[in-house]
Order: sequence, then structure tokens, then C-alpha cells
Amino acid sequence: MVYCFLIHTVCPGGSRLLYWRVFCPDHSSPDGQLSAEQRAHLQKEELLAVARQVRSAVSLSRQASGRVLMEVAVGEEGVALQEADGGVLRLRAGEPFRGERSALWLAVQSLGFTLLCEPHENLLLAEGTLRGLVRRCLDDLRLLGPGSEVLLKSDRIDVLLSRLLPHGQLLFLNHRFAQSLEKGVAAYTSK
Amino acid sequence: MGYLADRLIGMEIQDAELQKFYGKILKLIQGREFGHDAIDSLQRLHLILSASKYTRMLPPELQERLLALLVSSPIEQLQVLSSAVLRETLPPSGQKVNYSQDSSNPPNTHAAALMLSQTASRDDLSSLCTQLMRNLEGRVPEGPVHSLTHTLPILNTILTYSPGSLTEDHVTLLNKKLVDWLRYASTQQGGGVSSGGFFTGPRSRQPGPIGELDGTVSGDFFTVLCVGQTFTEDQWMNVYSFSMLRHWLLTSSSGSSINATADVANRLQLSLSLSLSHSTDDRSEVDGSVVSMVSATSSSSRLLPPKERLREKAFQYCQRIIEQSDRKAQKRADTELQKACLVEAVCILNCVCVEDMSLVYRAFPCVKALYGRLSSDLSYARVLLPIAQFYLNHGDTVAVDCECVWKLVLGRFPAELYNDSFLAHELLRFLRQNLENLSLRVPQYTNAFPNLFKFLAWDSPAVVDDFIDLLPSLVTPGTAVELLHTLLDLPCLSSTLILQLRSAFLPITDSSGRGLLSLEAFRSPNYRGLFLFLLREEAGSGDTIARLNKLHELLAEAVSWPRVVQCAQTVPILLHVYFNTVVKVADEKLLEQLILVLLERSSLLLNIHKYAKEIHRVFSCHLLRFCKLRPSLVVDQSHELLEFAGTTANAYSREDIFTHVVWVLGEHLSVSSDSRCSVELITSCFETLEAVLFEVTSSSPPPGEAHAAPRVITSLMSALSKLASRSHDLIPRVSLFLSKLRTVARGGSVPWCSNEDDLASILTRGEELWSLLKVPSVAQSVLTPPPHVSTPQWHRDANVAMPFQLRALTSLTNLAHSN
Repeated sequence: MVYCFLIHTVCPGGSRLLYWRVFCPDHSSPDGQLSAEQRAHLQKEELLAVARQVRSAVSLSRQASGRVLMEVAVGEEGVALQEADGGVLRLRAGEPFRGERSALWLAVQSLGFTLLCEPHENLLLAEGTLRGLVRRCLDDLRLLGPGSEVLLKSDRIDVLLSRLLPHGQLLFLNHRFAQSLEKGVAAYTSK
Repeated sequence: MGYLADRLIGMEIQDAELQKFYGKILKLIQGREFGHDAIDSLQRLHLILSASKYTRMLPPELQERLLALLVSSPIEQLQVLSSAVLRETLPPSGQKVNYSQDSSNPPNTHAAALMLSQTASRDDLSSLCTQLMRNLEGRVPEGPVHSLTHTLPILNTILTYSPGSLTEDHVTLLNKKLVDWLRYASTQQGGGVSSGGFFTGPRSRQPGPIGELDGTVSGDFFTVLCVGQTFTEDQWMNVYSFSMLRHWLLTSSSGSSINATADVANRLQLSLSLSLSHSTDDRSEVDGSVVSMVSATSSSSRLLPPKERLREKAFQYCQRIIEQSDRKAQKRADTELQKACLVEAVCILNCVCVEDMSLVYRAFPCVKALYGRLSSDLSYARVLLPIAQFYLNHGDTVAVDCECVWKLVLGRFPAELYNDSFLAHELLRFLRQNLENLSLRVPQYTNAFPNLFKFLAWDSPAVVDDFIDLLPSLVTPGTAVELLHTLLDLPCLSSTLILQLRSAFLPITDSSGRGLLSLEAFRSPNYRGLFLFLLREEAGSGDTIARLNKLHELLAEAVSWPRVVQCAQTVPILLHVYFNTVVKVADEKLLEQLILVLLERSSLLLNIHKYAKEIHRVFSCHLLRFCKLRPSLVVDQSHELLEFAGTTANAYSREDIFTHVVWVLGEHLSVSSDSRCSVELITSCFETLEAVLFEVTSSSPPPGEAHAAPRVITSLMSALSKLASRSHDLIPRVSLFLSKLRTVARGGSVPWCSNEDDLASILTRGEELWSLLKVPSVAQSVLTPPPHVSTPQWHRDANVAMPFQLRALTSLTNLAHSN
């Protein structure tokens, strides 16, 4: 299963977490040693560490491919998605999580979308799921426009995740199943 | 709104303001009707809480109200927002939280999310499991279809981080339900109206059978690769079941406490009863193998215990998936899904075969056929990796030759798909996870490094970590020299791969006139051999190219390409790993060869900014280590080392290595390191170094070079002094030089050193050495300390151990007395 889903910035200025959803609490320390508050703080730090590593990977990848980022306007999300850089990063055991993890990422303009998985996860499925999530996020939330709504409309992403990635479970959805679920999400977001 | 969001994040909201906001929200959500205000406020509250530096605690009334909304509100948006807000706050301490409306119904999905995020106790999770299972078993619940579908993902989460919460009963029940959903889901499409009515009117439309992805009607049981207009609940559960199947099979089998002997006993009993029941059928031979009887007929699997039955059904499901994936899907997204399903199916087959070896005989033909179908299609490369894993795990059992598989995985994939970052990640992970097995069973592995390095040359930052883990396994005495050359030439390989891709895309006659020189060279038949060597797939055809200089010339414009620069930055790290490994496996002869390579290649490196400097640093460090480990190397290689040290130009262009070569000569050219070290050798070395020192300190540096670094001069002086201390008639020559140096420098500036401080340190060192050499015997023991001084072993030294012995004896006798 997927450990968490992150949306963060990947511009050179710094990495800021815009959205995060952790599905499986990481029991890196036995209960009783850390208070709930400390554990929450630790979790946040770990997610920031992941975002930083992904930002670094994105920047190196873009540098190596030498591709120039074109400005994409609102309404051209499909183009942006096609042009997106994608990759997968190996996070060693201890950096920062106890066990090894794989960070699947997709970078669209200055936004990074990351899925953190167990190493033996079906990465083909995870990649497909991530693309689907990003497509819907771009379409629904107009993330590429000014005055980004991701911060205030995070409940829409919550619902999207509850259908397409419920409790971190990757789903084998053919186009009919996916359509059916997306109809449900569209119904929610139109309210 | 955007402005507000930024403002809220930018500043830490004041506590008083926040309390007022809490009060306002409470009022808004107290009633039964909720307007936009309530929703907006909750969204803002969530934003404030998630942007806070530290986790807050909500006032109890607000917390209670939000919890109530989460659990019982019919409006999903309120459930979602409440769940999101509560997840960002600290749970109320001590109190028991109710996540569901009543104890008979399990929590809704958003409430369950909150519960799982608050790391509930094992007992709480166990009772949640019981609630969920009861829900699955009992009558169809009144809620919407999707209320049931979150059950399996929730159970999977609990399975992941608290597997002990599931009892034996839970496991058994889930095994049974999974079988039902996976194998016996409806093969008719879902009806239009789920009115809950028990009979359909004569006018109602028959929904029709499910179909396959290529548009044909489905002829077998329902799977994730079947389509319909709408789906029934058990068809949804089929999807959720398959999605968690692999994890379930892996976890429930390893965690299960059913011991192996009980299992075998069950199967024995089963086979006996089966053979009796078959006495009326056509006489199938009851062969000696117990287990083959059980798996021979699928209809009799009803008699299997739930876990084994699930295994059998999982097996059949995977076979069906593999067959269905051969169909040409009408939509591209479905083609991608077919690939993902194939990966999953093969992994599950692998898993069940590991559990039950007899299944290998049934699974292998299927996997082999799949391999045959896909092996020539590179777009299925990622599917072939789990197949390779299957062959690695079970190939021996069926005595199948797996060589073709390795030719693909170690040959074609790296050679042609090096720029597929996902394939690179998965292939390298496959190698890492099976390293032991590979080293034993796949002899081609250690010769495959020229190919495997293509992944590294293309995208170093992404895979360098994997290579740090893999490189030690690739270092063998037979290929060590070639491997070293290949590592040093990685930036050249990187450039070549870029050229290879560009060459494929750009037309042969690029009339735009911007033609890259390197691209022309790549395509020119004159230099084909150079590039072909770099692109070779296997080791063994030669250590390196003879015309390295020419190659570096041709690639001159590549030194600024970002990909090449990134690659060059990872080479030093890998060299460290290489050298650390090679000392463990190398014999003296190999170490000698490696020293020669170090000396030779230090001037034959692609001219990337800072690359040579970094490589020299690594070389110097390990040269030192080698010579410390086997001091006799210095005597054996004295000719080559002296040649290097005697070339004054090296003191300027390869200062780091030069200094270290001089140091090892001074340190290890002695009788105590190697009895073959003669007076003649010491003298000849002395004269060589003396000549260089004279040259360096007599005039300005050659045009284009900076001044010689101070440590070049001090290391030469120290080396000469050390050599002189071993052959005393050389001492006057050193002393003469040192006093002359003092005189010359007293004049003020010298042409060979521009910095006053540097000159001062050189002079100080000179003074120390000069004073030391005035007393030759002292100089000898200081500059060439005997081994027992430089590597003390106090506990073994007879003279020193005595005090310890005495002390031990004394304390023992004291004890004896006091008792």
C-alpha cells in the first residue's frame, strides 16, 4: 500500500508542502517514547525531507534533459501533464524512514506530486494511479493558475483519494470502473 | 481567497483571534442547516491548523461537535472536513472516542481514516475488524454500495501496521470471502436500479453479460479486466479483493501460526479421501506424490482448508488475467492496466509457488508461454522482470535453462532501455534483492557491468545509490582492471549515450550547419571502434581503448553537458567503493597492476571541470592504503614510481598524486619494508628526487603553470631525509641543500614561491630536518621507526605485558586473602 501522497513545490526557492495525506502511521519509535505531539512533528519533518529530496531529483532531472519549461496557462492542463517529468527515487532505510521506500514523483511546472510506496509495490500500477490523480487535481483545482486553490480546497483532494486511493490502497481499475468512481468525485466537487 | 490563504500561512495567528474563530465555527456548525459560511470556515480552520508549526488542541466542545459531524452527518463534505480538521489536532487524552454511530455499524470511511491516523490500540483495531467482518458477512447493508467497498482497504491498512489485530477467525472468514469475490462474482452486468426489490418486473431490461477489454463477450469468471455498463457489488469487491490479494497472501502466510506439519497432515488426509472418492471415476493413478493429487482437480478444492482454497483460486485468477492480457484492449489506459495486472499476476504466482512447491509444475508452462509472448517486445520490459524473478526462484525446480532470460535482463534491457528511469529503478532493485542468488547461479552477472553502467551513465543521481550497493558484487580479480577503466570512462560513456540517441533522432545530413563535432565523430567510420568499445555489452574484450587521448579530444564539447557533469560527480564515490572492495580480493600482482593504472590514467581523464582533481584525490588516498597494506609493492614498482616522480612536470600538473608517490617512496623504500631494498635502489631514488627538488626550487615555474604547492617541496625534502637516514652517506647532500635553501630564502623572495607564509613553513620544515639529520642515529629512528614502534601491540609485547601480569596476579592473591 501507499504510505503517503504529497503535493509540494519544486521550484528552486524551496520546497513547501501544499498537501499531505499519510495513510499508514510509521511506527518508527515504540509507543510511549514519543508524545502524540512529538510524533506528529516528526512525521511532518519526515515529509519535508521527502519533499526536499524529490525537489532535488526534479531539478537534476530537468537540468540533465535540458528541457526548457514553457509557461502553460489554465485550460491547457492536458499539455502540462504530457510535458511533465516523472521518475522514481529510492529512499534508503533510515533516510528518513526506518524501512526502505520508493518515492514516485511527477513534476508539472513548479508543482511536485509524490507517492511514497513500499519497495515491493506494483510500480506500474502506482505510476498509472499517480498520473490519474495528477490529471484530476490539475483539472479540478486549476493548480496552474494564480491564487492556487489547493490550500483551501484540500477536501476535494481528500475525496478524490478516498475513491481512487482509499486508505492508500492502489486499485486495479479499468476504464469503466475508473469512470464510475470519477463520476462520484465529480458529483462531490460540483456541490 | 488566494490572498487570504497566503496571509494565513505567512503569519502565526494570534491565540485570542484563534479562540474567537473557534467560537464562531462552533456556532455555525451547531445547528442542522449548514450554509457556505460553515463550509468556508471549516476549510479555513483546516488551513490554519495544517500551517501551524506545532499541533494544536481544539476546545473540547468544538472537538466533540466535529466528531459528531464526522460520525453521523449525512453530508459527505462535512465528514471529509471534520476528518481533515481532527487529523491535524491532538486527540483528546484518556477519553474513549466513538468513531461510529453505533457499535453494530462500522465507522464510515472518513471516520475510519481518523481512527487509523490516531494509532489506536490493538484491541480497538481488533474490534474494528470484527465490526467490519460482521458487516461483510451479514445482510446487505442499507447504505450506498460504496460503504462496503472501503472495508478491504481498511483491513489492508490494519494488516500492514498491526497484523496482530486480526484473529484466526478474522483470517479464516476473510479467506472464505475473498474466494467468493474473486472466483464467484456475478458474470452479469449490474442492473440499472438498485431498488432492493426482490423481483424484477417482466418489462425490466436484462442487463446482459460482462465483456472483455477487446469488446468481445466474456466467457469465464469475472476479473478486473472485465467491463460492463454498471457493476454489481460483488464485482466491485472482486476489484478490491484482487487489489489487496498479494499483500494478503504474503502477510497471512508468514504470520500464520499453523505449523508446517499440521499442513502436511491435512493434505495427506485429503489425498486419502480424494483417492477414495475417485474410485468410481476413471482410474487416475495414485502416484506417490501426495500433493499432486490435491492440485490435480479444481472441483475437489472445495475440500481444501480456506487458506489453501484461496491459494488455488488466486492461482486460477492469475492464469485468467494472463490469458486476458493477450487481448488487444480498445483503450490505451486499459493496455497500461493489462501490464500492471500481468506484473501482479506473476508476482502472485511466484508467491503461491513459494508457499506450495507443487504448484510450480502447473504455473511454469503458463509463465513460460507468457515469456515467449513478451520477450521480443521492449514495451513489456517491466513485466519481464517479475518473470525473471519467477525463473530465478523456480527455474531449478523444473530444470529449465534460464539463459535467455538473463540475456534479456543483463543484455538487451540495459543496452536499449537505459533511459527508462522506471525500468532502471526496478531492474537495479531486482539485482539488489537477488544478489546472492545471482552471484551463485548467473555467471554472466559479473561480466555485465559495461551494460549495467549505462543506467548509471545516463541518470547518475537517480541510481548512484543502487550502484553503491551493487558495485562490490561486480569486483572480481579477473575483471578488476577493466572495471577500473570503465569507471574512469563513465563520463565518456555518458556522452556516447547522448550522442547515440541524438544520432537516432537527427537526420544524417544536418543541413542546418550546427552539426556537432562529436556527433560527426560518432557517425564517422574512422572512430566507430572507439565508440563501439564504450557501448560494449560484456567485459572481457579488453581493458580500455588505446586511443583514449583521441576519444577525449572528440568529446571535448561534451564536457559541459549537464548529464555528463552529473555523471562525473558520482565517479569519485564509486571509486572509493571500488578500491575498498578490491583490497579485499586482490593479490599482490593485481595491486601492482592497479598502481600502474592509477599512474597512467591520472593524466588520461576527460577534461571536465574539477573531474581530474577529484579523481586524483581518490587515487592518492588509495595509493597510500595499498602501499601501507603491502609495503613491498613500492620496491616491486619502484621503476614506474620513480619514472613518475622523476618527471618534474608531474609536480605541477598532477600535484596531489605526485606528492603521495614521493611520500610512499620515502616511507616504504627501506629494508624494514622489503628485504630486497638495496643501497643502490635507495641511492638511485634519492638522486631522482633530488634532481626534481633542485629543478623546482631553482627557477620560476614553467609557463602556464602556477607555483609548485608548498607540500610538493616539503614532501620532497622529507622523502630525501628519510632515504638519507637509511644510507648515511647521503646525509651531507641533503644537509647541504637545506642550508643553501635557508641562505637563499633569507634574501626575501624567491622565484619559485610567491606566498610569504608558504615560504616560512617550507623553511621551518627544512630547519627541523636539518637539525634531525645532524644526529644520524636519531634521525634514523625518527624517520624510519621500526615496526614495533609504529604499530604498537602492548598486550603482546613481552616487556610491557609484565606489569599487567603482575597486577592481575596481585589482585587475585588479594582476593584469595580476603576470603
